[in-house]
Amino acid sequence: MVNDVVVIAEHAGGALTDTTFELLGKARQLADDWGGQAIAVLVGDAALATQLGAAGLVVTVDGPGFVEYTSDSYLDAVMAAIGDRAPRLVMLSTTTAGLDLAGAMSVRWDAPLVSSVVAVVAEGDAVVATSQIYGGKIMAECVITADRALVAVIAGSFPSGAGHRDGAPDVEALVPSAQGAARVVFRSRAEPAAGDVDITAVDVLVAVGRGIGSKDDIELVQEFAEAIGAPVAASRPVVDAGWLPKTRQVGKSGLKVKPRAYIMFGISGAPEHLEGMRDAELIIACNTDAKAPIFDVAHYGTTVDLFDLLPELTEKAGG
Amino acid sequence: MRIVVILKQVPDLVEEFEVNQDGSDIDREYLTLLLNEFDNHALEEALLIKDATGAGVDVVGLDDSGIDQSLYSALAKGADRAIKLTGLDTSSGWVDTHARAAMFAGWLRGETFDLVLTGVQAADDLDGQLAPILGSMLDLAQVSVVVGVHVADVHVADGVSAEQEFAGGVVATLAVTTPAVIGVQAARQPPRYVPIAKIRQVQQAGGIEQVAIAAPSVGAGLAVRRMYSPEQTSHAEMLTGSDAEVAEKMIELIRSRGLLK
Repeated sequence: MVNDVVVIAEHAGGALTDTTFELLGKARQLADDWGGQAIAVLVGDAALATQLGAAGLVVTVDGPGFVEYTSDSYLDAVMAAIGDRAPRLVMLSTTTAGLDLAGAMSVRWDAPLVSSVVAVVAEGDAVVATSQIYGGKIMAECVITADRALVAVIAGSFPSGAGHRDGAPDVEALVPSAQGAARVVFRSRAEPAAGDVDITAVDVLVAVGRGIGSKDDIELVQEFAEAIGAPVAASRPVVDAGWLPKTRQVGKSGLKVKPRAYIMFGISGAPEHLEGMRDAELIIACNTDAKAPIFDVAHYGTTVDLFDLLPELTEKAGG
Repeated sequence: MRIVVILKQVPDLVEEFEVNQDGSDIDREYLTLLLNEFDNHALEEALLIKDATGAGVDVVGLDDSGIDQSLYSALAKGADRAIKLTGLDTSSGWVDTHARAAMFAGWLRGETFDLVLTGVQAADDLDGQLAPILGSMLDLAQVSVVVGVHVADVHVADGVSAEQEFAGGVVATLAVTTPAVIGVQAARQPPRYVPIAKIRQVQQAGGIEQVAIAAPSVGAGLAVRRMYSPEQTSHAEMLTGSDAEVAEKMIELIRSRGLLK
């Protein structure tokens, strides 16, 4: 068994992503434990390899077909990069590319996969990965004893510091073998449309989640928000349900916000949402489930029902 | 065009979750099961394509407890056929994604279809997401985190156009060769509602076809050693008292920082 740990690097807009460094720092630690090396696989933009100093080896796959990310060609590329290297563990993030690639790699490479991972440790030869499931409400500690494994890690699970290291890793440029016609072809990219309010630029945000239950009841939140002069933001389920526009969405697939106060109603604290707001200066959470993960992140909390609390808040804020 | 939509039910995330006595799974006794919200969006996207092009929409699920409800509801919304795959023991409540995918792959290998749509993820996807696993098992193109699928696009000769969402809401438009497996994050518009009376009507007519599929011999290759509620390391200071008192304390927290306009 080869005890190397592979990180699938990601980049956007000409820069490596934070999660790449988070994974790399952890990969290096695990590889040290197992006596292997950390290997970064970098598809497209091979020039970024010099920034991956924490890796012992960077395998690059670049060329005209890899300028834009597409699931099909990137999957072929990462599989080629792994080739017969037989690493102990391959690490990805639960980003869009990570969601595309992790499951597909697990089938192609015939390796067990743990998704939504927040912790990985080496226990002898085994990999123990802890997954945060059910919207962040349950942790599942999984043991993989097979000689290979994949983990898809939630952003922010590991510090990125250890992944930022100066170094001159060996670089191996892989020339992709000629593929047939690509089944997924990139055509264009669109930035999100600007909304009526820029929720990233305000001091106070009131946020609402699935706990509100219906579109009509959003009005209760809006009344309070108006009373304190704040716009209403939302977690993903509220936006997907069409109750508030996409421009109000906070989280991984929405906007990252850092207001001076973030007051939330009916949001349990799924990792997708926490990613967008955990740096707010003051976080107050209202959720009837006392065990909701949001109470780990919030500074103040209450389990009072939001339907009882909101009218009181609106009245007191206006008075 | 034939679109297959894969559905499953998951526990309602609004509820409190407890772990069972031996810590191997969540306690399912009192849980409410709902259609996975992302599967609901996948169904909506399929129905929007049907509305525009007359495509056929089939919904399929494993023989999980409660799945009939989701299948009948999909029929009431406009799906043409509902199929339930039997043969895998789902009585323990949770079935890993690899085993689920193998069941659907087993059925789809004998079917003709253009698109498989399913939710991009489910709350209990411990071993990965269905779309990429199924897509790879069938060796088809697969795309996840999709927020729109368009057929009969003049720019795409033998496929569909799909919009894939990235961090920060950036959207890439892709040409995808069919048949393909697509993990839907959100439909172009919110899922439609269907009156309970109509679901009952469909239910009385029956019409869920059952197909037996040989259970897969291999699983996800991982063992759940322990499940637990997250340890609360830095817990919020809890505001207590009557509704009015809690409201007063919250307002004071905002006011004292000079943030009350």
